[in-house]
Amino acid sequence: MSKVRVLVGTKKGAFVLTSDGKRERWEVSGPHFAGWEIYHVKGSPADPNRLYVSQCSGWFGQIIQRSDDGGKTWIQPGTPPSEPTTAPGGMPKGESNKFAYDTSEQTGKPLTTHQWYDGTQHPWEFKRVWHLEPSLTDPDTVYAGVEDAALFRSSDGGKSWQELSGLRGHGSGPRWQPGAGGMCLHTILLDPSNPGRMFIAISAAGAFRTDDAGKTWRPINRGLKSPYIPSPEAEVGHCVHRIAMHRSRPNVLFMQKHWDVLRSDNAGDSWTEVSGNLPTDFGFVIDVHAHEPETIYVVPIKSDGEHFPPDGKLRVYRSRTGGNEWEALTKGLPQKDCYVNVLRDAMAVDSLDKCGIYFGTTGGQVYGSADAGDNWAPIVRDLPAVLSVEVQTLP
Amino acid sequence: MIRVVLPPHLRGLARIAGEVELEIKGPATQRSVLDALEVRYPMLRGTIRDHITQQRRPFLRFFACGEDLSHELPDAPLPDAIVSGAEPLLILGAIAGG
Repeated sequence: MSKVRVLVGTKKGAFVLTSDGKRERWEVSGPHFAGWEIYHVKGSPADPNRLYVSQCSGWFGQIIQRSDDGGKTWIQPGTPPSEPTTAPGGMPKGESNKFAYDTSEQTGKPLTTHQWYDGTQHPWEFKRVWHLEPSLTDPDTVYAGVEDAALFRSSDGGKSWQELSGLRGHGSGPRWQPGAGGMCLHTILLDPSNPGRMFIAISAAGAFRTDDAGKTWRPINRGLKSPYIPSPEAEVGHCVHRIAMHRSRPNVLFMQKHWDVLRSDNAGDSWTEVSGNLPTDFGFVIDVHAHEPETIYVVPIKSDGEHFPPDGKLRVYRSRTGGNEWEALTKGLPQKDCYVNVLRDAMAVDSLDKCGIYFGTTGGQVYGSADAGDNWAPIVRDLPAVLSVEVQTLP
Repeated sequence: MIRVVLPPHLRGLARIAGEVELEIKGPATQRSVLDALEVRYPMLRGTIRDHITQQRRPFLRFFACGEDLSHELPDAPLPDAIVSGAEPLLILGAIAGG
């Protein structure tokens, strides 16, 4: 029987939740890396036992952890206890947490500043890894979306990282600016039908696409309207919160923006608002049903100033029509006095039949539905604030 | 023999129980001690000093013999009591909630 492994990153450690395919009884493992902020945990599609973790701290900076056995044991790539601590040339290892921006004469020089909150220019400063996206085909290749916004790639299992500087080289960097959470690259989508195509999103710059495996990028924000920025329809500067795709239709993208839910049917070339009858179109998460590419999920949040559900009711909204027509999913979710948030990387779906949906809250609950959202139950109630949720469906 | 006391998060990261003892070749300074520490425990690279700038991370401080050495130059000699091993070099995280 199939198994499900839910990978949860929280403010104070990582947790692994496992169940059989019924998804009724769960084992909870953790906290792993107790006391550290775990922004993201994600498994390789090419090798489910290969997990990557972004571990960080305001005191001690960034750490990358890797598991090669499905989370039983962990190493920092390049520095496992069983290996020599120096490379053959005598230089110490320990580069797995080194994210050095490209400052080369050819590509790095124009990339030195972005817009600060007060409109002045500010140098790029690495702060943390928000999102790790393993390659669809190679367990040793993984992408990292970081704050201040940039995209890095490792092709040696996380031992070392190189910036794909063509993204910042687009030239619009001086118009990118941080949102309240920092200037983060939080979404990385790999096109399963086109190895050269990748989508990323940045708060607050917008969405970008590459068609040449990361060498060059173009903003894909036409149709986005953000009345709270100086030029509401600007090429860049939009606070995109999350983008989702169904792997069978990689040209169709769904976006939860700061305000507005949108879709694109042409790989981001243009976007159309599909907020429809949502009670509020502010929110962070958006995801797609594993088997129904037109069925999408969001969790409406009251506003940018009030990061909790409207009316104290935690409701997932599902659209079976790719947007515009939404239904509230409430069974098993608190329908009074609930004032948690659901952060942008904290929703995921499994690929069982029926499709399972999972999300985590800043109140420390992880909710799961084993029937595509019709019924919900808490898997755990009392974790630290949840930053991210990913799911692996295992044979 | 130089003794170094790390904050709990970093002891856990490096799988260290108790103090670290380091042999330093040449003058004992903050830089030479941290260099030796990172050679022994490469997973600590970037956690005490920024990977790129090699500056002390802003929420960490260095203490020895009851004195705050955080703002000493990295190549300044450490106190004799540290060099002799009579006292440890303390690396502390700023106290903060959360």
